[in-house]
Amino acid sequence: MKTVEAKHLVKTYRNGEVKALNDLSLDVEEGTVLGVLGPNGAGKTTTVRILATLLKPDSGSATVAGIDVIKHPEKVREVIGLSGQYAAVDETLTGWDNLVMFGRLYHLGRKKSVDRANELLERFDLTEAARRPITTYSGGMRRRLDLAASLIVRPKVLFLDEPTTGLDPRGRQDMWSVIQELVTGGVTVLLTTQYLEEADQLADDIAVIDRGTVIARGTSDALKTQVGGEKLEITVENSDIAKTQEIVTRVSGHSAYVNTRTVSAPVVNGSMDLMEALRALDDAKIHPLDIGLRRPSLDDVFLSLTGHVAEEVIEEEAKPKKGRKK
Amino acid sequence: MNHALSDALIITKRQLLQLSRVPEVLIFSTIQPVMFVLLFRYVFGGSIDTGQPGGYVQLLMPGIFVQTVAFTLVATASGLAEDMKKGLIDRFRSLPISRGAVVIGRTFGDALLNILVLAIMATTGYVVGWRPTSGILQITLAFFFLFMFGYALSWIGIFVGLSVKDARTVQNVGFIVTFPLTFLSNAFAPTTGMPRALQYFAEWNPVSSMVAACRQLFGLENQFGATANSWPSQNPLATSLIYMALLMLIFIPLSIRKYKNTSA
Repeated sequence: MKTVEAKHLVKTYRNGEVKALNDLSLDVEEGTVLGVLGPNGAGKTTTVRILATLLKPDSGSATVAGIDVIKHPEKVREVIGLSGQYAAVDETLTGWDNLVMFGRLYHLGRKKSVDRANELLERFDLTEAARRPITTYSGGMRRRLDLAASLIVRPKVLFLDEPTTGLDPRGRQDMWSVIQELVTGGVTVLLTTQYLEEADQLADDIAVIDRGTVIARGTSDALKTQVGGEKLEITVENSDIAKTQEIVTRVSGHSAYVNTRTVSAPVVNGSMDLMEALRALDDAKIHPLDIGLRRPSLDDVFLSLTGHVAEEVIEEEAKPKKGRKK
Repeated sequence: MNHALSDALIITKRQLLQLSRVPEVLIFSTIQPVMFVLLFRYVFGGSIDTGQPGGYVQLLMPGIFVQTVAFTLVATASGLAEDMKKGLIDRFRSLPISRGAVVIGRTFGDALLNILVLAIMATTGYVVGWRPTSGILQITLAFFFLFMFGYALSWIGIFVGLSVKDARTVQNVGFIVTFPLTFLSNAFAPTTGMPRALQYFAEWNPVSSMVAACRQLFGLENQFGATANSWPSQNPLATSLIYMALLMLIFIPLSIRKYKNTSA
């Protein structure tokens, strides 16, 4: 069953001048995670805002948990949770204040709101910070609290709009494990991200969007195969470039590409190939300055899918921070 | 709809919690009017001859009360703009709550704050010599008028906040609008000294009607120049009531609709 289904969504800003969504269709199977991958301005936030009933599309239709988002937004709001790019909580209040307030706004009643707040604070490792104002929280803590606020009534569908943008690597790791836990709990998730790695970690299925429309759809593995999988990258001293190029070409089976002192080529066997290259370098008495396997980035995906790199079209992404257009 | 009021009260409670968590806000929103009372009382009080018993402070207090509640417009608007910017309004809008609750709740919160501010100002006024001479009923009615005027303006604030969406701009715009409105009135000086055109403007300025209504309710005689015989000058209470009713009739539905349609 499709828990989220969007069909031919079109949304323009400034009287049609800027096309944020251009015939975008996507769906999410019940109990799965769909990663919506795209650069800034691709239409990710606009899609989420439409599905979460914050924005009406110019045309097209969408259902969430079988409910029409345009005809019955109030019913949709009862079954969704939304966590955005910016922690949308009251920063002057404490974490506990916020969660209790949201619980009450979900009409849980005083006692249940308090219980649920305590439970969520515990679960998201925020019990210690519960009585401190949000202004004292780290970026990661804010995001976790924001996520907790979207889980108060155990939503059927969770929209996570770039849940880790702006977080440091540790905050990102923490957030990932929190989201992974949620997913095992069976909630259907639509997650937007700019990072292929994030979609890879969290999503069952990935939709790549560019300029307001879906340009590729598939599992992470399928996309990667399409993009060309991992790359072996070795950086060496100038004098060793020629020899290294020879080794990499042999290991990869493709002719190696040299960019200043970095030699790279696609590989299929990942760490096995890395080991082989290392042994060959050692035999040749070459000491690499840097060596590693690079996973394909969003740019690689875009380059192979569209022929252009991920362009940032910041303007039409309706960011809450900038103030929205009608 | 059965949840509309309780939802609104939760939003109001949030605002009160904010005040308890960040008491600076409360302190500064009361310091300003108190400062105005003291400055006007002692800077102008000596040189303005009012020809009425009790001196300038008697005329001044109604003016400052009205000016202070008029600034509710700015407070409401910038508070709401701040919530929009932080994405908090988006979160509220994604919740299954009554559509008007968030803005209604905010107007309640600002109204409650006004009660406190008015009480502090009245106390300050009393300390520096303000003595209303009418009865307790009339004084209570005057404060009710002030309260309702602030509440009505709060709804303009909601509309402005939703339209401008940036707290700093809202404050600037708010002051640009409210300062001339409060000064081009009878609030601080009698309009008799103004150029004729301004006298007519001041005559129809809701601030003037409110100030005149309060002065009347506090037991003072109103002084008008060229406009002494006009209807608003003759009937400040009725004029004030009409203004308040008009403002609310226009801006409550307009603001709630604006909230519903914001970015939708």
